[in-house]
Amino acid sequence: MTKKTYSLIFLCTMFFLLVVTGCSSSEDTSSGSEQGSDSIENVTINFMHLWPAGSSRQQNMIVNEIIEEYQTANPHVKIVQEVLENEQYKTKLQVISASNELPDVGMTWPAGFMEPYVKGNRFTPLDDLLKGGLKESFVAGTTEAYAVDGKTYAFPLELNIVPLYYNKSIFAEYNLEVPETYEDFKHVVKTLVDNNVVPIALGNKDRWTGSLWYMYLADRLGGPEILTNAINRSGTFEDESLVKAAEEVQTLVDMNAFVRGFNGLSNDEGKSEFLNEKAAMYLMGSWELPNFTTNEEIPQEFRDNVGYFKFPTVEGGKGDIDSWVGGPGVGLFVAENSSVKEESKKFVKFFVESWGEQAVVRAGVTPATAVDTTALELPQLYIDVLNDLGRASNMTLFADVQMSAAVAETHLNMIQSLFGNQVTPEDYAKRHEEALAVEGN
Amino acid sequence: MDKVMSDKKIIALYVLPALVVIMTLVYSPIVMTGYYGLMKWDGIGKMEFIGLANYTRLLSDSMFWQSAYHSFLLAVFSVISLGGYLLISLILAGKIKGANLLRKIYLIPMLLSSVAIAQLWLRIYHPTNGVINSVLTSLGTENIPLWLADPDIVLYSIFIAIIWQYAGFYILIYYAALKNIPESLIEAARIDGATPWQIAYKIKIPLIANVIKVTIVLAVVGSLKYFDLIYVMTNGGPNGASEVMASYMYKQAFRTYDFGYGSAIGFFLLLICLVVTWVIRKLTASEEEIQY
Repeated sequence: MTKKTYSLIFLCTMFFLLVVTGCSSSEDTSSGSEQGSDSIENVTINFMHLWPAGSSRQQNMIVNEIIEEYQTANPHVKIVQEVLENEQYKTKLQVISASNELPDVGMTWPAGFMEPYVKGNRFTPLDDLLKGGLKESFVAGTTEAYAVDGKTYAFPLELNIVPLYYNKSIFAEYNLEVPETYEDFKHVVKTLVDNNVVPIALGNKDRWTGSLWYMYLADRLGGPEILTNAINRSGTFEDESLVKAAEEVQTLVDMNAFVRGFNGLSNDEGKSEFLNEKAAMYLMGSWELPNFTTNEEIPQEFRDNVGYFKFPTVEGGKGDIDSWVGGPGVGLFVAENSSVKEESKKFVKFFVESWGEQAVVRAGVTPATAVDTTALELPQLYIDVLNDLGRASNMTLFADVQMSAAVAETHLNMIQSLFGNQVTPEDYAKRHEEALAVEGN
Repeated sequence: MDKVMSDKKIIALYVLPALVVIMTLVYSPIVMTGYYGLMKWDGIGKMEFIGLANYTRLLSDSMFWQSAYHSFLLAVFSVISLGGYLLISLILAGKIKGANLLRKIYLIPMLLSSVAIAQLWLRIYHPTNGVINSVLTSLGTENIPLWLADPDIVLYSIFIAIIWQYAGFYILIYYAALKNIPESLIEAARIDGATPWQIAYKIKIPLIANVIKVTIVLAVVGSLKYFDLIYVMTNGGPNGASEVMASYMYKQAFRTYDFGYGSAIGFFLLLICLVVTWVIRKLTASEEEIQY
């Protein structure tokens, strides 16, 4: 062979080596960090969360401080963060758990969302951590949302309820009172419509936003158990009051209660109608509270104008006014195949314990751990919500979270159709029943 | 060097790295997708072999066929819009003033990412503040359409954005092809007294027929697997009114945790694309290549 041939072969070999080493280099680093667990000195915990510095500035700051605090107290531990935005986070979590490469510590949503992960043996039970007083520090009922078959697989960080926010100055302008019954509420809607004011901001492209309205109407008409029972199959979606709730949604739509084109608007777009004072009311979780209290980017004048009321009761309905739609938000899990499981668990415990008060004061998050608010200086709106949370007679977990993923998809699609008047309340109920029946098999 | 290049072993060596890369990165995922399609799998836990059940379910899934119909409509619209792109290119390639500037203007959408385009069109279609509805309101129109919320309209609203998005790409291809035609041919036709229309129809278009065939395949296959604008603008809604095959596949795999079924849809989509490409090539096959 000629000299040139040799050099060609040499080049090819080099290329091969490049490809091969290129592929394996990433494995090298990951196995390197896993090996670190063997020695006591160096432990690396990978922590994946969904609070980017941009969109969740306060939360991100607190996370960083807790991590720093933990690392100072435990110099042998290094915590590496990976931060993703909500939707990306969900997709990535699924992809990496398919290849069983979950981070050591990460965030999950409760109930239906986390079930596939638990069944697939991806999360580790955290019950041993709950002993010794930690369980008591959580608000009653919150850890249960993260339990499957009696074992707790994640610790909640937030607990949210859904108040109906309203713009006080718009209400004052048209001499409107805070409605206590559904009839009053409809009167408010009608008055606003007659005066060319959009009554309710809603972005129903995200679909769960519309689901909140349906859930409240179901609760007020049929009582706190009705929806949960329909989902867990001890009841039915074809129950009279659940069909009536669907009817009421369409009554509101027909009254032009919601902002125009809501089915094509995202929640953020819908919300901006409320923030711009173009819409008078907005039904949304207590995670919005910072925007109405401490967020400096929103004009003080507007923030002072925001009040909230409980979803009105319906005459003859079984639900009472202190029953809330809401539930735990994200929680922390530890991966089953984590090589630093024990260290990760310690970190999760520490995180949950330091999170509570910090979260209340600085991020305006309603935490899942009980916090004594009397000693803290908080905006009044915030104190009111926390107090109402304490007085809640019932908490109905978000429907799409309660359901399995496939049924939730049907539910959310049907919500859009219901709001768009493309399905009758009876068909709406029937389609839910069909989806749940498939699931049962 | 000639000796080296004729040595089969050396050729094999040259090809091998690329072959290995394309096999591992392109073909093995395709095979794996087909394989996952035979499984009942939530993407996380244990896989369970269920044979062709996912594929038979696909055939009777009305939501899937609805989304397939939407993809088909998009393909039809894309091919029709190719005619428009061609017309613009013919005008641009002719000697008109400011052709250079216009070409750049048409190309700009190509420089934006899909997500940015989606955001732009979301503003345009906004029910109260959007450009279109603001104009319609000021003209005193009643019953202003809800571009993205009305299930009868939403699909076409998105199609317009997609056609706008790809204008620059196809115009560039046609323009380059038209500029490749030797000036002498056009000159000769002009001397013979052909009108610009005749020159375009009888000379220019036949000469770039091959390029047109390629763009038809690109447009049809691109439409069948289209995903991005739809995902950002409506996420397939309201209630599936703007769902296409690729977005339905994504939802099944990643939102309802039915990875096996999602894979089956993906594999089926690949088969459709292959068949359609083959059919288009058969339909547009010509006996001889036109030479300048």
